[in-house]
Amino acid sequence: MNKTFDNRAWWLVVPVFLMVAFNALIPLMTVVNFSVQESFGDNVFFWSGVRWFEQVLNSERFHAALLRQIIFTALVLLIEVPLGLAIALAMPRKGPWVSVCLVLMALPLLIPWNVVGAMWNIFALPDIGFLGKLINSLGIHYNYTRQPLGAWFTTVLMDVWHWTSLVVLLCYAGLVSIPDAYYQAAKVDGARPWAVFRYIQLPKLKHVLTIAILLRFMDSFMIYTEVVVLTGGGPGNSTTFLSIDLVKMALGQFDLGPAAAMSIVYFLIILLASWLFYTLMMRNEAR
Amino acid sequence: MAKITLDALKHSYYPNPQREEDWALKRLTLEWADGGAYALLGPSGCGKTTLLNLISGLLHPTEGRILFNDRDVTLASPEERNIAQVFQFPVIYDTMTVYDNLAFPLRNRGVAEPEVDKRVREIAHMLELDAMLKSRAAGLTADGKQKISLGRGLVRSDVNVIMFDEPLTVIDPHLKWVLRSKLKELHRRISRTMIYVTHDQTEALTFADQVVVMNNGEVVQTGTPVELFERPMHTFVGHFIGSPGMNVLTCEVKDGQASVEGYPVETVNAAEYKGDARRLELGVRPEFVTLASSGIPANIVKVADAGRFRIVEARARDRSIKLLVPEGRPIPEGEVHLAFDPRHTQVYEDGWMVGARR
Repeated sequence: MNKTFDNRAWWLVVPVFLMVAFNALIPLMTVVNFSVQESFGDNVFFWSGVRWFEQVLNSERFHAALLRQIIFTALVLLIEVPLGLAIALAMPRKGPWVSVCLVLMALPLLIPWNVVGAMWNIFALPDIGFLGKLINSLGIHYNYTRQPLGAWFTTVLMDVWHWTSLVVLLCYAGLVSIPDAYYQAAKVDGARPWAVFRYIQLPKLKHVLTIAILLRFMDSFMIYTEVVVLTGGGPGNSTTFLSIDLVKMALGQFDLGPAAAMSIVYFLIILLASWLFYTLMMRNEAR
Repeated sequence: MAKITLDALKHSYYPNPQREEDWALKRLTLEWADGGAYALLGPSGCGKTTLLNLISGLLHPTEGRILFNDRDVTLASPEERNIAQVFQFPVIYDTMTVYDNLAFPLRNRGVAEPEVDKRVREIAHMLELDAMLKSRAAGLTADGKQKISLGRGLVRSDVNVIMFDEPLTVIDPHLKWVLRSKLKELHRRISRTMIYVTHDQTEALTFADQVVVMNNGEVVQTGTPVELFERPMHTFVGHFIGSPGMNVLTCEVKDGQASVEGYPVETVNAAEYKGDARRLELGVRPEFVTLASSGIPANIVKVADAGRFRIVEARARDRSIKLLVPEGRPIPEGEVHLAFDPRHTQVYEDGWMVGARR
């Protein structure tokens, strides 16, 4: 076949270029711009090189927020992924209960994030909240507004309530797409339920689990709204995760240079972790 | 090793079947001898797979009983029945090697490892999988995967029955032939009961000693390939088996004498006709129609070459009659006369052969 060369075709690509430029490149470049310069209002900028990056990477405040963030994300993943998988396995495959379960599961996902935060804020209050009252009535002293541990417990519980459904729905979709013949063959082969899970369901769920873990990793690593509404990053700095710290720095203290540098580091961490994880999970596919 | 008895088996996928169409399987009584090679033959959707799943225990019948060696297994699980089944599309355990896939049914039943190794190697050798035993099953072609499925069905030596549900659908034609011969050879060697489901008559007729022809959820005829060919009990069998299928012509029977278009035709069973059919038909295979000097007058409308034979389509008034003419025999032009072999011409009432018990 003869290829036709016509450079006017480039015009067809221009709208997409413009879109990408306006919604991604230009904002990103603004951040890059701030991260390598010092600004004093009036649009006066001085070149500062990598000074902000050095400052951020060496600051204890950043290290502490990063550590909190890593612990939070790890906890959330460790709870939500197995729990979501277990719920998906326990859900019915056919019958009238399927839609009931699906709707129930989808509900938390439909609630705006700040509403989730507000709900849990009230729900867990020790004096008027149901959860707070309940825990205290069991004889456990619990007040998430004062105790760092209580705040962590509430934050993780809230995230589990809010986001396990996503893992459930993804896994459920993966499970129902496994052809019946696999289960039938396993029955004929005399496989126990554990073997069915280990050799049929888990391998077939590999892709959806990869997606679920990636999504949960990225979302929990960037968590902001719910935590700000629930604890505001407190008590003290105990639930100040990276994004909360970033907002404090950029808008609270108006340290635009360090905040811009931190944004870029933050972005690179997520990019690197996602890429590493995806590559490791998909390593065997090529062969 | 077991004799299989199906006693008044009925199955419906609806919770409370009302109409005749609700039944996927309509009252079926059959007995299969231990060590036989059987084929279930019929068009798609006729209930073959339903029947197979009932025998394997993946489905439980709505009514009726299933017996293995006179032991009632109607409600037993596939595991308890100790059967093997190969499905239409390859089922493999992706994360395992070919070896582990083949060993899986044995290991699940706690067979000792040296015995597992012996069986796996033997089956792998038979299916020509030796070279890839250590590679991951997921990387194989569709052919290879289906070979693994077959292998898992054949690897256990103590099963009551091995069932194949159209296992060669995804396999290349040349390999189909090879695998079919292997199955046949294996059957001779281990003489285990085998049931082979297919809609391909060649497959059924080459594999089985006894073929069960099904249509619309019921068994139409059970018999050896020769019986099905020479004495089809139902016009459906005549159509479905043979290529081209049997000629079915409306006819009349008076005083034990059949006639087509007013021309008398000698048949096997017209004398047994009692005279209460809604529909009377005469069936004769193209193999048993010859060009003659007298008989039903017809015009030749089409000649197709099929290798050793030519398929000649003749038209008598508005009916089409096919016949086979051996290669090299001249085919006359214009009007001819057709004669039917009296030993292979049957009369059917409402689809069923006259005189045959229903």
